[in-house]
Amino acid sequence: MENLQLIIPELFISIIIMFLLIFGVFKKNSSQIVYNLTTVSLVAALALIINLDTQIQSSLFNNSYNIDSLARFMKILLILSGIFVMLSSSKYIQINKISKIEYPILILCSILGMMVMISSNDLIVFYMGLELQSLALYVLASFNRDNLLSTESGLKYFVLSALSSGLLLYGCSLIYGFSETTNFNQIMVNTKEIEYGLTFGIVFILVGLAFKISAVPFHMWAPDVYQGSPTSVTVFFALLPKIAALTVFIRFLYIPFYELGDQWQMIIIFLSIASMVFGAVAAIGQKNLKRLIAYSSISHMGYALAGLSTGTTQGVQSSITYITIYLVMNLAFFSCLFMLKRNDEYYENIEDLSGLSKNHPLLSLSLLVVLFSLAGIPPLAGFFAKFYIFVAVINEKMYFLAIVGLLATVIAAFYYLRIIKIIYFDPEKEKFESKHNLGLKFTLVASTFFILAYFIYPSGIVNIISQININ
Amino acid sequence: MNFPILSSLILLPTIGALFIFFVRSSNSQYQSSKYVALFITLANFFLSLYLWIIFDKSIVDFQFVEEREWISGFVNYKVGVDGISILFILLTTFITPICVITVNATIKNRLKDFLIAILILETFMIGVFCSLDLVVFYLFFEAGLIPMFLIIGIWGGERRVYSAFKFFLYTLLGSVLMLVAIISIYWITGTTDVIKLYELGIDAKYQNLLWLAFFSSFAVKTPMWPVHTWLPDAHVEAPTAGSVLLAAILLKMAGYGFIRFSLGLFPDASLYFVPLVYTLSLIAIIYTSLVALMQEDMKKLIAYSSVAHMGFVTLGIFTMTQQGIEGSIFQMISHGLVSAALFLCVGVVYDRLHTRLINRYGGLVSIMPKYAIVFMVFTLGALGLPGTSGFIGEFLVLMGAFKKNILVATIASLGVILGAAYMLWLYKRIIFGKLINEDVKKMVDLKRFEIVTLWLLVLPIIFFGFYPEPLINSIEVSVANMIDMNDLDKINKLALGE
Repeated sequence: MENLQLIIPELFISIIIMFLLIFGVFKKNSSQIVYNLTTVSLVAALALIINLDTQIQSSLFNNSYNIDSLARFMKILLILSGIFVMLSSSKYIQINKISKIEYPILILCSILGMMVMISSNDLIVFYMGLELQSLALYVLASFNRDNLLSTESGLKYFVLSALSSGLLLYGCSLIYGFSETTNFNQIMVNTKEIEYGLTFGIVFILVGLAFKISAVPFHMWAPDVYQGSPTSVTVFFALLPKIAALTVFIRFLYIPFYELGDQWQMIIIFLSIASMVFGAVAAIGQKNLKRLIAYSSISHMGYALAGLSTGTTQGVQSSITYITIYLVMNLAFFSCLFMLKRNDEYYENIEDLSGLSKNHPLLSLSLLVVLFSLAGIPPLAGFFAKFYIFVAVINEKMYFLAIVGLLATVIAAFYYLRIIKIIYFDPEKEKFESKHNLGLKFTLVASTFFILAYFIYPSGIVNIISQININ
Repeated sequence: MNFPILSSLILLPTIGALFIFFVRSSNSQYQSSKYVALFITLANFFLSLYLWIIFDKSIVDFQFVEEREWISGFVNYKVGVDGISILFILLTTFITPICVITVNATIKNRLKDFLIAILILETFMIGVFCSLDLVVFYLFFEAGLIPMFLIIGIWGGERRVYSAFKFFLYTLLGSVLMLVAIISIYWITGTTDVIKLYELGIDAKYQNLLWLAFFSSFAVKTPMWPVHTWLPDAHVEAPTAGSVLLAAILLKMAGYGFIRFSLGLFPDASLYFVPLVYTLSLIAIIYTSLVALMQEDMKKLIAYSSVAHMGFVTLGIFTMTQQGIEGSIFQMISHGLVSAALFLCVGVVYDRLHTRLINRYGGLVSIMPKYAIVFMVFTLGALGLPGTSGFIGEFLVLMGAFKKNILVATIASLGVILGAAYMLWLYKRIIFGKLINEDVKKMVDLKRFEIVTLWLLVLPIIFFGFYPEPLINSIEVSVANMIDMNDLDKINKLALGE
């Protein structure tokens, strides 16, 4: 029973979900209040997580739920991103008339599911968390139900995601069949010998997970869903599920299947190279910013996977650093996107940015910083993210992967430069509104500052992450 | 050493840029932001001059070394100067204020942003020449792309977008391999600290690949034939100040890199690849000189002549002799001054007639006599007439080359003749000839600020032409040490079979 205090954040969020549901149903026109309460409760959950004893390293519920340094860090990252997403998108959902009480509650459900995923140490617990977050996400993707694109994207995501969940579940059952247990640690103990069934199980699970982080060749849903969903949901898609899925990736690869490195390493390398290259090439022709960022995030996930493919602690840490910096960059990018508003209409085509720098010098400067950082040009944070990955990769003598990755950055630089060209070199267009709510401004300023000033003290994050150990 | 003088040199321009950034902009304050920029860059120049004076030229070691933990347990922020790098720092801080002075005439819109870009660029350029850690070097080396991309793209000419993209992607593509090499060096030797690497040395079996990776980056930046094509485009489209910085300093980063890293870290590989460098340098010297002869655009002509001159630089460096390397460094400094001056000269007439086509001009001597004089000095400097700094550099390089390989030296000497041909022909077509074009007749002679900037460049070109001692003095010990340390002489003798 005393272990229960370790999952207080999760319990807290569950209680808040129920409370808000009841509150929202009984009080009329309470969508804004529910929204704000959600943000506040996320802050409270963050405080609860930080408040947990850092030394504790324990497994709950018959060793199926892990509270360790990895889970702690990832949960902090998750909740922080959640808070910033809520802060930056509040105005957007009002204007687009999707401000309903269900919206923040679904977000909370999804976050709860992700927290369960992050901590899971058992196939069944993991699957439960995954489904909780996915179900909430299906609804969120099609939340703007009067919009054709939004409903389409929701349906598409649902069908494809259900398929991948099916594969994943099949993989889980194969693993269970061949190792006679669902517990991660037990699987490691029971699978000393390689059997075909086991390999198939690993492949199916990796496919399912690759789908969740939209790695090539399981990326097909991402551009459509990113573009079709309301932008406030897109930013959610771009940030939070990636954290959870990457954590699960780390757990799967480094706990149950660690001994089977030969089996999965080639798969991860392939996923990584394919994502880096495809993401970079396919983004070149895009006209819609949300679609472009979908391809860009595919490519970024390729780099994160490259770190994982090394099979070393250093590689995992470099991936975690990468995802941290990736989150900040994407948050900054979407905050800029939320600012492209004129007469209650949001603009999301690249052409709309034309000549932005003349009317909105500060906004364009932030975009400039974010885009160069996404392209990985020093001295911005994005460079360091890639740098750590390549340090880990080259340490394992995987030169091919490193060189392909670096060449992909050059290709990717092209489309980031193209946006900068449109912002800075092209003739100006009509002005956008320059009044924005405080939360959005704060998000943009904080994230841009992080990207710009990261080089002054790069050790900070690395030191925190280097304390994460994965068995 | 208490006062961090090098870090102040690096940071001062950025502080100036921030200051300009935070001052609210209105038209009247454009002028004041210019004065801020001028003040900052001049302060930086005097600071570096002071650095040169207190720099002890007889000591081999790096001086004013600062070290601070940066990425914990991995990379330290480490800066320091020796006799070679201090000259490049001086060149940088000397050229930048001149660029700031010229912005009035050339930059019509968004002056503030332009000044910020130039100041940020200065930070990165000084950083490149100071850094004593490979990662720090790479950081500064790459970061310079951002301001330069914007300078070409925002304030450039008609085809600026194409040129800016070409510049950025070429150089980025070249340098990513260097990053792989740097990280590999870390895993091979356990450090990226240049001084420690000099002591440790790198195992010969790794050197060739690492050398090639560094070469790919420096060759693009130098630029060497056949990857030089970005340079004419970038030069032609960049605004005057951008061309000046590009020609005078950015190209020198690569030459500096060759000396500091290619020779210093991979002596065996450098020797192994000498034939490659010789061939590429000779092609650059002869071929681009011929191409320069045929140009109709003044800036393009000077850009191609830069490629040819940098061919001399790479040739000199890879003779691996005292004279050759000293000559190369001297040539780089001289070319920094001369090409900057030539681009300024082009800028002067371009501001008046808004064309860079050579055949639109002619007969300027009768209406712009002052201009004709300074332009002549720079032309002669570019073709290496004795009495100008250009001569000393080329002479030393050829001396080094003759010591090593007579055929190579002879072919390179042909380049000197070709250089004289295209420069004098350019001068003839612009300054002499008949004054036919009506627009040209309306052109006015140099304004005051132009006289100041151009004569500021004439002085050192002639001074160092007659009295190269201060520069040679400063690099002598460091170059000798570089040759000693890596036994370049011994390696050379072995190669010659002595």
